[in-house]
Amino acid sequence: MENNDHKAYWKTNLKYLAILLSIWFLVSFVFGILLVDELNTIRMGGFKLGFWFAQQGSIYVFVILIYIYIRLMNRLDKKYNLND
Amino acid sequence: MELQTWTWILVGITFTLYIGIAIWSRAGSTKEFYVAGGGVSPLANGLATAADWMSAASFISMAGLISFNGYDGSVFLMGWTGGYVLLALLLAPYLRKFGKFTVPDFIGDRYYSNTARSVAVLCALLVSFTYVAGQMRGVGLVFSRFLEVDINTGVIIGMVIVLFYAVLGGMKGITYTQVAQYCVLIFAFMVPAIFISIQMTGNVIPQFGFGGVDEQGVYLLDKLDNLHRELGFSEYTSGSKSKLDVFFITAALMVGTAGLPHVIVRFFTVKKVSDARKSAGWALLFIAILYTTAPAIAVFARTNMIETVNNKEYAKMPEWYFKWEETGLITFDDKNNDGKIQYLGDAVKNELTIDKDIMVLANPEIAGLPNWVIALVAAGGLAAALSTAAGLLLVISSSVSHDLIKKMIKPDISDKGELIAARLSAVVGVCIAGYFGINPPDFVAATVALAFGLAAASFFPAIIMGIFSKKMNKQGAIAGMSVGMLLMLFYMVKFKFDCFGGGTKEDWWFGISPEGFGTVAMIANFVISIAVSKFTPNPPQEIVEIVENIRIPSGVGKAQNH
Repeated sequence: MENNDHKAYWKTNLKYLAILLSIWFLVSFVFGILLVDELNTIRMGGFKLGFWFAQQGSIYVFVILIYIYIRLMNRLDKKYNLND
Repeated sequence: MELQTWTWILVGITFTLYIGIAIWSRAGSTKEFYVAGGGVSPLANGLATAADWMSAASFISMAGLISFNGYDGSVFLMGWTGGYVLLALLLAPYLRKFGKFTVPDFIGDRYYSNTARSVAVLCALLVSFTYVAGQMRGVGLVFSRFLEVDINTGVIIGMVIVLFYAVLGGMKGITYTQVAQYCVLIFAFMVPAIFISIQMTGNVIPQFGFGGVDEQGVYLLDKLDNLHRELGFSEYTSGSKSKLDVFFITAALMVGTAGLPHVIVRFFTVKKVSDARKSAGWALLFIAILYTTAPAIAVFARTNMIETVNNKEYAKMPEWYFKWEETGLITFDDKNNDGKIQYLGDAVKNELTIDKDIMVLANPEIAGLPNWVIALVAAGGLAAALSTAAGLLLVISSSVSHDLIKKMIKPDISDKGELIAARLSAVVGVCIAGYFGINPPDFVAATVALAFGLAAASFFPAIIMGIFSKKMNKQGAIAGMSVGMLLMLFYMVKFKFDCFGGGTKEDWWFGISPEGFGTVAMIANFVISIAVSKFTPNPPQEIVEIVENIRIPSGVGKAQNH
C-alpha cells in the first residue's frame, strides 16, 4: 500500500517539475533569447519586451516559480502524510 | 566628512560586526563546522545563501559588464538566477533528505565507489580554488581604491578576517556572518541605485526607473540606443553575440550555478526537506533584488558616463576621473590632440579605455552622490567578496578533512581530530587563496568561466541522475564525470590558453564560445553516462533503496500511513 503511495507521490512531483520547468524554459530561453527580436517589436513603456524578459521578466518569473513549487509540494506532502 | 574617513568608519564597523558574530557562534563539533549543526532557519539560510552566492563578481563586475555589453549581458542575469530554479526543484530537497555533509559525500555514497568520490573531490577543489582567488583579488581592489593602501595589504587584511571567522566558526560562523553580510551588501547596492534612479528619472524604484523617461521626456533606453548608434557601438538593447552562443552560455551558467558545491552545501544546513525548498525560495528572492537592480544601474551608469566624458575637455574632468586614472583603470590617449575626450566604438579613433570593473564602484561618484554613500559601496563590495570567499573555503576544508581524510585515508579519526584537520585545511586554503590574490595568475578571469563549466559538466549530471534514475550505476557516473570534465578542460585550455593547436573564434565547435561549452560537455556527460550504464550491471539493491528514500521527504511518516 504504502509503496503505491510513494509511487503516486513521485509521479505527481515529476508532473509538477515538468510544468514548472517548461515555464522556466519559456520565459528565459524562448522569450529572452530565441524570440527576442520578434518580442522587441512590442513595447512596454520604455522597454522593448524581449529585452525586458531577458533582463527583468525572466527573473521575476523564476522567483514566482519557486514559490508555486513550495506551495504545491507542501500540499502534496500533506496529502500523502509525508511531512517531515 | 572626507570620503576616506567615512570608508574607514564603515569598513571598521562592519568588520567588527563580523568578528563579533564569529566569536558568538564558535563551532564545537564537526557537524557544527560542516553544516552549522543542521539547525539553521530557512530565512537565515536564504540570506546566507544569497550572500554566499553573490560574489565580488556579482557586486562589483556584473553591472559593469552589462553596462558595456547591453543585451549580451543578459546571460549573467538569467544564468545566475535561473540556476536557482533548477536547484530548488531538482537538487536541494533530495540532497537535504540524503542528509550528509558534502557533495562528494553524495556522489561517493550514491555511486558506492571511492573512485567516484575522488573525482568529485577533485572537481570540488578545482572549482573552489579558481573561484576563491578572484574573491581575494576583489578585496584587494576595494582596499586599494578606497582606503588607498597597497593592494597586497588589502588582500592580507581580507585574509586575516576570513581566516578568523571561517576557522573559528566553520559553517556556523560563516552562516551568521553571511546573514549580516547580505544586509550590508544589499543596502550598499540599493542606496546609490535608488538615489541615481530618482536623479535621472524621478522614479524611486530603479527596476521601473530604467524604463522611464529623462527630463526631456525621452525614454532612457531609447536615448542610450541613440547614443550608442551615434558613437558607433552596437545598439544597447540588441547586443552583438550570436543567438546560439547566448543560449549556450546562459544554459552553462544556469546549470553551473546549480552544480556549485559551495551553494549546494548550504542546503544541508536546514532542519528538514520542506525547509530546504523554502530556503531556496528565500535565497532567489534576495538574489533577485540585486539582479534586477543591476541592469538598471548598468543603464544609468552607461548614460551618465557617456554624457560626462564624451567630447568634453580632458582638463575639466571631475575629481573621480583622475582618482581612477591613478589606478590605471581609466586611460586616455589624445589621438587627435584636441584636448577633448572622444569615446567611440571605432577602436582606431577611440581615445578612452575604461575598465568594466569600476562601473559600480565609480557610479555613485559619477552621479555626484554624498561621500557616505560611496563609502557604503566599498563596505558592500568587501562584504560580497568576503562572504563568498568564506563559503568556498569551507568547501575546500571539508573536502580535505571529511572526504579525503575521514572517508578515504583515516576512517577511524575522532571527531575532535577531524575538527582540527578541518581547521588546519581552512588555514592552508586561505593562504593559497591569498597567494593567488597577491600574485593573480593571468588566467583568473578565464577560470571563473571554467569553474562554471566544470560544475555543469561534472556535478550536475551526476547528481541529477543519482536522484532521478534508479538505473544509473557507478561505471556510468564515473565515465560521464571524467569525460565531461576532461572535455571541458580540453576546450578551455585549447581556446583560452592556446594549447593543443589553439584556435580563434572561427575554430569554435558549432560557434560556441568556451564560456558556453559547459553546456556541450554537460550533454556529453549525460549521453556517456546513460550509454555506459546500459552495458554494465545495475546498481545493487541497497542503492536503489537509497534513491527511493531520498525521493520522499519523510522517513518517519512511513509506518503511520495505513
